[in-house]
Parts: sequence; C-alpha cells; structure tokens
Amino acid sequence: MSQTIATPPTVRLDSDVIGKPINRTEGPAKVSGAAKYAAEFDVTGPLWYGYIVSSPVAKGKITKIHAEEVLAIPGVQRVFSHENVPSLAWFDRAYKDDVAPGGSPFRPLHEPEIMFSQQPVALVVAETFELARYAASVLRIEYDVEKHNTDLESSIGEAFDAPKGKTGFLPPPKPKGDMNKAFADAPHKVAGEYIHRAQHHNPMEMFATTVDWLGDGKKMKIYDKTQGAPNVQQYIAKIFGLSKDEARIISKYTGGGFGAGLRPQYQVFLAVMAALELEHSIRVVMNRSQMFSMGYRPHTLQKLRLAADDLGHLQAIEHKALAETSQFENETETVVNWSAILYDAPNTNFDYQLTKLDLNTPADMRAPGAATGSFALESAIDELSYEAGKDPLEFRLLNYTYEDPSENKPFTSKRLDDCYHEGAARFGWEKRNPAPRSMRDEKGLLVGWGVAAGCWDASTQKAAAKAVLTADGHLTVSSATNDQGAGTYVIMTQMAAQTLGLPMSQVTFNLGDTDMPAAPVQGGSWTANSVGAAVKNACQEIGKKLLKLAQKMDDSPLAGVDFEDVQFVDGHLRTNEDITRSVAIADVLAASGEAKLEADGKAGPNPLNMLKYSMHSHNAAFVEVKVDEDLGTIHVTRVVNAVAAGRIMNPKTARSQVLGGTVWGVSMALMEETYLNKDLGRYVNHNYAEYHIPTNADIHKIDVIFVEEEDDIASSIGVKGVGEIGMLGVAAAIANAVYHATGKRVRELPLTIDKLL
Amino acid sequence: MSLTFIQEPLDKTAPRVVPAQSVTLHVNGQARTIQIAPWTSLLDALREYLDLTGTKKGCDHGQCGACTVLVDGKRINSCLALATVYQGKQIQTIEGLGTEDNLSPLQQAFVDHDAFQCGYCTPGQICSAQGLINEGRCKTVDEVREHMSGNLCRCGAYTNILSAVMEVLHDGEAVVDNGVLITIPAQPTKAL
Repeated sequence: MSQTIATPPTVRLDSDVIGKPINRTEGPAKVSGAAKYAAEFDVTGPLWYGYIVSSPVAKGKITKIHAEEVLAIPGVQRVFSHENVPSLAWFDRAYKDDVAPGGSPFRPLHEPEIMFSQQPVALVVAETFELARYAASVLRIEYDVEKHNTDLESSIGEAFDAPKGKTGFLPPPKPKGDMNKAFADAPHKVAGEYIHRAQHHNPMEMFATTVDWLGDGKKMKIYDKTQGAPNVQQYIAKIFGLSKDEARIISKYTGGGFGAGLRPQYQVFLAVMAALELEHSIRVVMNRSQMFSMGYRPHTLQKLRLAADDLGHLQAIEHKALAETSQFENETETVVNWSAILYDAPNTNFDYQLTKLDLNTPADMRAPGAATGSFALESAIDELSYEAGKDPLEFRLLNYTYEDPSENKPFTSKRLDDCYHEGAARFGWEKRNPAPRSMRDEKGLLVGWGVAAGCWDASTQKAAAKAVLTADGHLTVSSATNDQGAGTYVIMTQMAAQTLGLPMSQVTFNLGDTDMPAAPVQGGSWTANSVGAAVKNACQEIGKKLLKLAQKMDDSPLAGVDFEDVQFVDGHLRTNEDITRSVAIADVLAASGEAKLEADGKAGPNPLNMLKYSMHSHNAAFVEVKVDEDLGTIHVTRVVNAVAAGRIMNPKTARSQVLGGTVWGVSMALMEETYLNKDLGRYVNHNYAEYHIPTNADIHKIDVIFVEEEDDIASSIGVKGVGEIGMLGVAAAIANAVYHATGKRVRELPLTIDKLL
Repeated sequence: MSLTFIQEPLDKTAPRVVPAQSVTLHVNGQARTIQIAPWTSLLDALREYLDLTGTKKGCDHGQCGACTVLVDGKRINSCLALATVYQGKQIQTIEGLGTEDNLSPLQQAFVDHDAFQCGYCTPGQICSAQGLINEGRCKTVDEVREHMSGNLCRCGAYTNILSAVMEVLHDGEAVVDNGVLITIPAQPTKAL
C-alpha cells in the first residue's frame, strides 16, 4: 500500500499525523466485542423488553386490538397502541427533526389509521425478550381495509413538482436555449428511460433503543442507534415536553446507518414513551423485517435526452426524474442537478417531480439523489459517446466542465481530469478494444470495460467541540458527532494531535453523547470537514492559552511572539523562525500550576464563499465485468476508483470509505431491489436472504486512487469528505461495461440475469 | 366496500408460555447458570442473560452471520441455536478470543487491515474466520472468499477482511492481489 503524506494544516513535518494511514483508535474495542451498541448497555435495576407489532395492511383503520388476551399472560406489562398512547405534543413541528422533509411527520401509535404496510401499530412490553416477542406474535388486531395505491408507474398522471421544504434540497436548474430544437437538429443523439425500484439501507445493526430509567424524576439515559444524537434529543424533548437535560441521548457506536439513522426512528419514540409511562428501564429492538418499514431510496423513473454535434460536443441535455413519496411527507432528493454540473450544453431542460403513494416516506440513502441521477446520466453519456463515434473516456474529457454551469461559478478545486487520467493508466484503458463484444477472457467469457464519473457536494455544517488539556499532558476532545464506521474517532484524534503537536497516545476523542457540544447528523460527507474544523479550532484555543502561560514563565524563549508565529510539534511550542526557541507543553503546564486548560471550538459554513464558488468532490470509476452469456451471470472482476475529494485525513480509513462505496455501487448495479407486491402494497423480500447485497465472494480487486486537492476555500481544513463520492459512477460504469461486453444496453437496475438473457 | 382483516397467529393453537428453567452453559472456559425459557436462542442467552454482547444480532434468521460463535471449535449461527441444547458444549465467543488489551492474531490483523468500518458484523466475521482456520481446508483466496460468504458486511469491507484472514491463515506469508491505494499529491492551487 503506497501513500503520500498530505500537506498538514500547519507545516510539513515527519511527526505529522494527518494524512497518515493510522489504525482506528476504536479498533481494539470493535474486534474484541467490547464496543457497546445501543441494545447492549446495562441499566439500573431490571430491564423490560418492548416488541413492536407491525401492520399487515397498507391502508385502512384499526377497529379492535385484543390487548386483554395478551395482558393476561403473566409477565406481560403493557400493550401500547393508539388506544392508550399518552397525550403528547399536538403540533407537527414537535415531530420535525433537523433533517425532516416538508409535510407532516409520522406519529407512531397516534391514531388508528394505517398509512403504510408494516406501520408500527403496537408495542408489547414484557419482563423478558422471549415473552414480549411471544405476546406480540399472538396479539390479535382487526382492521378495516381500504384500497391502497403503491404503483408509481400507473400514478405518473398525479405527479407534481417537488416542493421545497427539506434542508439542502436544490430545485432543478433553470432551462437554457431551446432543448427540443437542438435535439431535433443534432447529428448524434440518445434518449432513454432509466428505472430503479426501492432500495433499503439495511445497516447490519438493527435499530434499537435502551432507556435506562434512573428513578430520579424524569431523567433517563437513552442509548439510541442513530447517526445524530442531538437530532434525536431535540425530537424526544419536544414530543415528550422534556428539557434537553432530561432527554440525554448516547450513541457511542452505530452499527452502520447509510442514511437510515439520520432521522429519529420510531423505536426511540416507542422506548421513551414506554419508559416514561411505566417508569421503568426498557429496550426496544426492531427485527430485520421492520428494517424495511422505514425510509428507503425511492423508486425513481428517469428520462434523459442528450445530443452532440459532429465533433462530439454536447448540445443538449434533458434530465427528468419522477420519484415516489408518502401521502404525508414530501421527501426530496437532488437527482437531476448533477447533470448540469458535470456537463454543459447550450440547450438544457431539467425536471424533478414526486408522486404520493401509500408507502412510508423515503429517506436519504448513501449519495441520495446523486446515485440515482448519476446512473442515468453516465449511462446516457456512454451511449452518446458510441453514437458520436468517440471513446467513452475521450468523450467525457471533451465535454469537461471547468466551471459549474448550473450556477456559473468556479469550482474551488476540481481534479476530475486527473482522476480520469490516473484511473485510466492504472486500469489499462488504452488496451481497450472499443467495439462491443470484442473482448473475451481465457475461459471464453465476454469481457467489458466501462467508465463513469460522479460528483457530490462538499458542504460544511455548524459543529462544535470542546478540548480539555489536563496537567498530566493528556488532551481530551469531545463533540456530539457520530461514527457509523466512517472513521470519525481516529481522524478527530489525528486532528487534535496534529494541532497541538501531541502523540496520538496522549489524545482521546469522545463522541455520541448530547452532554457534549452539538454536532450535525453524520451524513452528506460533511463530518470530517465540519467537526474536524471545530476540533482544530478548540485545540487552537488551547494552544493560545498555552502560549500565554509559556510567556509568563521566567526568561520565556517565546516572549513577545504572536500565536501565528508559533508551531506545536513533538510536545513543544516553538517559533516558526527559530525552532530552538522552544518550550515543552509539559513544562508550561507544570509552571502554570493549572489543573487543566479548557476551550471550545466552533465551525460552520462560509456563506460568502458559498455565493462565489461551487464546492464539489468528484470521482471516476473504471470497471471490468465478465459475463457468462449462457447463464446471464455478471461478475465485477476489477474496479479502479479514482477520487478527488480535497485533503485525505487518513488514507487507511478514507480508502475503506471508498471500498465500501464501490461495494455499494456493485450492489446497486447488480443486486439491490425491494420487491413491492402492488396487490398487497407491501415489500415482500423484507429479509437479508431475499434482499440481496454482495457477499465476500462477489467482491474482487478494487484499486483506490486519491487525487488530492489543496483547497482551503471549500473547507478551512481542506477536507471535502469521502462518504458518498466513492459510490458514484460505479453503478453506471458497470452498466456501461455490460454494454461493452454484450452489446446490450440495460437501463433498469438491478442488472439481473433476466434482463440480460 | 368494507373489507376486514384480522391479524392473528397463523397457528391458532400457539404454544402456551413455558416456565423458565435452569440452563448451564460453558462459555469462554467458564460455567454459567441462567434461568431461561426453553425457546431462548443461544444468541439471546449470550446477549441478554450473560452480558456477552460482543456476539451480534443482525437478522435473527441465520441469514447474516453476525451472531457467529464457536462451539467445540466449529462456527455456528447462534441465532438458530436453542441455548438449552448447547449445555455441555464448549462455547467460544469473540470475548473469549482476545481482549482489547490482548488481541488475538486474527483480531490484530482485522485492526491492521481496517477490515471493518461500523464494527457490527466484525465479531461474527472474526469468529467465522477462526472457524475457517480451525477447519483447515481453505487455503486460496477464492476458497477463503467463498467460505467467508456466510457473513454479510454492509459497510463493504470484504477485500480487507480477505487480506486479514489470508495473513493469519498463512502466518503473514500470503500476499493478496486485492487492490492497492495510490495517492497523487495535491498540486499547488492555481490563482482563481
């Protein structure tokens, strides 16, 4: 594994830890089973268990719940349903979380109406898990069933323009020129319809909440599976009329999220409600079927029309999308806008619409909108490159954008061209025979090589951190952020260690507790950037205090030096000009007599820069597939994923993010689909056996290339984030490689055997 | 038109609740006695009654492998096992393979190769890999991929899991052609 050290935030030194492939600090806890997830915390006193009952019907009304039958079972404590749910906050805004879309949020057990199949309708609480599960299984519930509609294809006529209402949602860009005329007149053109159906996040850890009832008034410790403890806290506090102090949320480890844990899920509502009503510690864990009752990547229909002139320059881009949403909320994704950022044409038209169906609200799922849009766009671009008689890679370079055409702004940095070149060199693209069906391996299998690009926004959110340096020289930094596997623990430790020039072993980073300074939900690839800047600022404040104390020492070598002229290296403060003018941090602390130094740090977006610049990460994915035409099987045998995402804090964990994103791309392309039975209005493959994701045997060689960018405009610490970008391009590159291998253009995901034979 | 649906057990003669009974399990070299209902899974016995939460519940249906433990050295899905049946067997969980301060070679290899992200499937992956090593029949990359495919990893750490397992399987001698990392350094920013 080769790697180069990125420019650290201060100066370039051997002792730098930023940019080094350092093992995860929480690694030993995770591999030894010591890391505690939400359902694994001990509580004060006995623990009761809640088991959720889900609706078997998609639309209708509960007419009778035979609770008395299960309450007669010894050990069953309570059956919660709309019949006995306590009176809670009345207005919608209490149920709105930080990332809620527009509309009226779902209120669990609020009323007898059923709005989607698998809607939670009751919580059975008993003294053991086994008893709660048994009682839930024998609970009889009667429903009046109404006619439902869960069919997107037959509801196109009811589509409406996606409204604003969700933070971060960008409406489609305005049209340019005359799309229809340009398309009609162009010598090279393609038009196609692209489809994928619902996909569910399915993190390995099922959603769970353990409420530790402390018996002291209403105070609780709420251990929740979430991607953002502060978001859950404000949701719970508003609904149940609690102070923030009374609704402490703790989330030390999150067993994957991928977007499923951005919004508070219903098990936390149910667990807290039951704990408050019963004044008792309680644990509620969803089962795997119920993991399909929450948000999902929505079934989306897309139409693209692209046209190019004789030289292969794009003349027309039209990208329209229609996605499903629930009857009660308008979940919106940014689907089509990427087509106006990656490419430019004088004539464009963009459209994004929603249709309401009797389903739960969709949710952001890894690279939301972009994964959907980029599959269609990059498939169509590939098709047009063949139409125009150009190599697919050459065609992309020919239509490269140096400015963001969607907003006419310069990029703060964009090394997608280097991703193309470095990726192609690594992959061996020059050996590609451009003709479809022209390449075979030694066993006679058809070989296809495909390329596709991706783009994701590099954004900063408001975040805060606290740093404490104790007299023993140990630095502890905390922020209520999250680590769903992204590497937050280790990169924040690196950031703190780097800023104050301390060894990693002398730094601890804590997260996932609402008693810590607030941080945004972990999503959108913004954690490394936002929380990283807050951590750096908090540590710099400690640094300023250290300098002041150092200057109070007798004959201080740092007398009269400004903070900007001081560096923190190897446990010392020293001047940039003359590194022999140096004082050990340990000596400063000892001389000061202070037990500890404390400082807060904040970070947030820079609105002026956002007005002036377009901030994006990019990637280029190169894929080899092998297709057995007799069986219709497709194997992705090789991937090169080249990513330009600013500074890489830790190449080891960042590489893992891109490996994971690549696997998600393979999964989206070849496997993932939640089958909706339209007669039942219900997902029918709601388990891990029938909802397919890759196994170890499905994944082969993946090379990751980081094309680093120096960019202090997109982020004060130069970081753009890598959580989403690695997934982009991959699905389209696979579809393009399948075309190259077979001559067959498949526009519907997943690319299963039936679509190829 | 009104249609009624009654949600009820498929089997109208659902079994009655059976009282808890005393069960003794030998876990990680210790005999532990607990009071559990006879339909308690080995997974729930470990997690909810013995406070051995290193063993994970990912599906409860034998589909994901997160609950993998070793019984007399062989890997099983503990969610598909009734605890009471495993009395008298030697059960080893992730906690029995090594501790945070004293990791087993396999656990250390998982850390070094970054063979996990969220960490939730990890104890199952490691127990499964230990079982695979105990079985002694897998040597090649393809064999290990196949025989580690009962353990899902939604984060997609598969290539690194393979590297970690191959390293321990071959005492550090195996080189897996599994993909590399290349970093192209940043260019100085052009004036905007």
